[in-house]
Amino acid sequence: MGAVEVHALRGVDLDLYAGEFVVLLGPSGSGKSTLLNILGGLDAPTTGTVRYLDHDLTKLDDAALTRYRREHVGFVFQFYNLIPSLTARENVELVSDISSRSMPAAEALALVGLSERGDHFPSQLSGGEQQRVAIARAVVKRPDVLLCDEPTGALDVKTGVSVLSALTRINTETGATTAVITHNVAIAAIADRVISLSGGRIASVVRNESKADPGSVAW
Amino acid sequence: MRALRRKLLRDVLRMWPQLLAAAAVMSCGVATLVMSISAIRSLETARDAYYERYRFPDVFAHLKRAPDSLGARIAEIDGVARVRTRVAVDVNLDVPGMSEPATGRLVSIPDNAPFGLSELHLRHGRMPSPDAPGEALASEPFAEAHGMRPGATLRAVINGRLDELTVVGVALSPEHVYQVRPGEVLPDDRRYGVLWMPERQLAPAFDMDGAFNDVILALSPTANEPAVIAALDRMTEEYGGAGAYGRRDQESDRFLRNELDELRTMSVLPPSIFLSATAFILAIVFSRVVRSQREQVATLRAFGYGRWTIAGHYLGMAFAVAVVGCVAGVAMGAAFGASVTDMYARFFRFPRFDFVLDGQGVLIGLMVGSGAAVAGVIGAALRAAALAPAEAMRPESPPDYRATMLERIGVHRLLGPAGRMALRRIERQPVRSALSCLGIGLAGAVLIVGGFAQGSVDEIMHFAFSVTQRQSATVTFVEPASPDAAHELKRLPGVLRSEPFRAVPARLRAGHRSRLQGVVGLPAGSALARVVDRDERPILLHGDGLVVTEILADLLDVREGDPIVIEVLEGQRPVLETTIARVAKGYVGTEAYMEIDALRRQLDEGAVVSGAHLDVDEAREEELYAWLKGAPRIAGVTIKAAALESFHDTIAENILRMRLFNMIFATVIAFGVVYNTARVAFAERAHELATLRVLGFTRTEASVVLLGELAALTVVAIPVGLLMGRGLAAFIASALGGETIRMPAQVNASTYVFAATVVAFATAVSGLVVRRRVDRLDLVEVLKTKG
Repeated sequence: MGAVEVHALRGVDLDLYAGEFVVLLGPSGSGKSTLLNILGGLDAPTTGTVRYLDHDLTKLDDAALTRYRREHVGFVFQFYNLIPSLTARENVELVSDISSRSMPAAEALALVGLSERGDHFPSQLSGGEQQRVAIARAVVKRPDVLLCDEPTGALDVKTGVSVLSALTRINTETGATTAVITHNVAIAAIADRVISLSGGRIASVVRNESKADPGSVAW
Repeated sequence: MRALRRKLLRDVLRMWPQLLAAAAVMSCGVATLVMSISAIRSLETARDAYYERYRFPDVFAHLKRAPDSLGARIAEIDGVARVRTRVAVDVNLDVPGMSEPATGRLVSIPDNAPFGLSELHLRHGRMPSPDAPGEALASEPFAEAHGMRPGATLRAVINGRLDELTVVGVALSPEHVYQVRPGEVLPDDRRYGVLWMPERQLAPAFDMDGAFNDVILALSPTANEPAVIAALDRMTEEYGGAGAYGRRDQESDRFLRNELDELRTMSVLPPSIFLSATAFILAIVFSRVVRSQREQVATLRAFGYGRWTIAGHYLGMAFAVAVVGCVAGVAMGAAFGASVTDMYARFFRFPRFDFVLDGQGVLIGLMVGSGAAVAGVIGAALRAAALAPAEAMRPESPPDYRATMLERIGVHRLLGPAGRMALRRIERQPVRSALSCLGIGLAGAVLIVGGFAQGSVDEIMHFAFSVTQRQSATVTFVEPASPDAAHELKRLPGVLRSEPFRAVPARLRAGHRSRLQGVVGLPAGSALARVVDRDERPILLHGDGLVVTEILADLLDVREGDPIVIEVLEGQRPVLETTIARVAKGYVGTEAYMEIDALRRQLDEGAVVSGAHLDVDEAREEELYAWLKGAPRIAGVTIKAAALESFHDTIAENILRMRLFNMIFATVIAFGVVYNTARVAFAERAHELATLRVLGFTRTEASVVLLGELAALTVVAIPVGLLMGRGLAAFIASALGGETIRMPAQVNASTYVFAATVVAFATAVSGLVVRRRVDRLDLVEVLKTKG
């Protein structure tokens, strides 16, 4: 029985520009997660190249990819993935401890509006608060690239909006290139550019003439 | 159900390293069980067949000299089925190729076989001819120890004359399955042997024409043994009877029974420990499995699978472990059992001794092994069965952490995030952490149980040969002699010091308990043969109180100050009423001591001696032995160095071979437990570790988070395990305490070091294996799933 080759992505040619806020939109199976994994150095394409500045990510080994993630990439997960045994501040410090140009953990928490909750453990925080801690953890290292995988997927609208506000603010204040993947069309309005994927291909790239305020978004 | 069975198969295949580790531990438990039960059955089968076919007697008695007519009267005692009278004497032997003298027990045999009682099994050669002078059969262990074949010669001091004997055959007797010098515990086949000679030759040589000094009886099935013994004692009293006794007190049979008792203990304790470890591992692994499969269970339940189907599913996995563990265990048990049987064949001589892989033992092994597997898994299986579908669909709520006790005092400032994570996990889940600690500790404990025999053997040796028996040699006279004889010994070449002793055969009675036990009279303040208390301080013998060793005190159920009756079975046969003055320390055999002059006063005799303990100048030993070999009045010489050597060659080897098996098992268990603990720790934290990797932690940094916790648990577990091991060793030692040897629960420093090292090594290896899994973590998966 031969293995059937399934292409998650094919023929993708895409540039992300410094400081822009991109939403990768598509239904499940469209290849958006695979694209994000490749951008984050977690997965490698079978063919083609991925360049970050003057580095070819496809040529890096595991140690170099780890270094790339450590120095340049911030991740925000759908399910937050906080370490339950560490407080909010310690979860942020987990990352600031290992990166060279990070900001103080308190500053990162302030960016997401959680200055007062640094000593709380994840189990003592609401879902939205947990996700904002995860965002603080992602941005504390001053990443060049902030990758967010369905950051509002597990949240209700109100909480989701507060998380999106935090992401927008960070994008503006730190200048990190921010890519948010979502199947939620409503979120597309807050992006600089909206890249729609379908069946592993880029279906369309739309530049928003004016970005909507996250507070005005609803779904 | 086919789909569920397929899931079971795939789960088993996916978890194979953990399940295999559990099965390996189980196989050790099953193997020890099968090995012990089979060894017991093999020994019992060989013994019963031998005793029956070769007519092992029921009652034994030794006396000074009685006319043959007494034999006919003995046969009339109610309950006596058969009687055989004979001549039995201990003589000094000069064996070619051996510098020191040996002791031979010469036993007369009728002209023609069968003898009616205690038949001989001829291994090689032929029976001695009744008319040919000096022909003898030698016991197999003695012949083997000297490489004697039919035709070999040796010299014996027979009634004061050195006569040449020719060994015409090699034989076995049911009375000497375990051949040991009377009164001793350890076999010394080079220096003690049994020789059988035709009555027509032996009796005249010892002035026993028409007389005998030894009698053995077979009883009818309805006989009352104590009544027969009492009647026999009354009949032989006037002929110097030294007290009749039954099989219970027959040396060889007692040793055999003792060994069977020890094997029975060994068939229970180590397998229980090993199988508990199996159940423990499975409990840890399967709690984890069920937790991680909550949603699968919920889905199955929602689809209509019943509770018992779910429980059965997990028990099915336990069954897979049981099948592998039991099959491997039975195979190992058979292999080790055969090796143990080989070893027994060197101590216990049977005409035929085969290893029997006992069917019942195998069945018990299978049942107990499966039982352990079920016991380990049942808790988790029932929890799975009890999950309500709706509840199980929801993932478990996130673990609730708080600042720990230690943090409130500021310890966390000293720790990095990894340290804090480890500390909080340990404190957050004290039960699980304690169980992991207990598991790793158990591995250390099992290693100590497997290895402590070395320390016990060392302690027995040290106590016997450095603390109490400080003499180089002990000489026993044929007949009690005058003090001149002892003084004469002092003038012999190389003798630096000579201390006389007086030994009399006796029966000790305390309350309703009694025991044939000789009493030894020693000079007060004896420097060579010392009697010491529990703290190894010398006991000064004085007055006519009796000092008994610990095992004897237990057998007679007496304590210091208790009254005791000594029925002396020699000379005037006085009955002495005295008290237990002290209880002396002793690991091996039973002894009763009295101050030598007090004993002589009680016997109403002068300065009579039975023998002497000698301190010998090492450089002149050979000279002394050469003299002793031909000495007419000497019945036996025991040499300390030789006794030490024989101890090493026999018992020590026996104990240490068992120790080797236990060590192998213990090491397997240590690895099994630690590996599974590490794997479960990994499984529980895989999601967290993958998150760390995505956040930019290197493989090493992520591993440190995991292995740091394992290391912390191991550091706590090792001392706990060593303490548990010490406790278990003491428990096993006390359970093994028999009439022959009482094992001291002495654990050597090297055993502790070994146990700690193996556990640390097992942790390191398990850590490395698990680390490889950290390297292979699926980082993409973590983005999609909830932890």
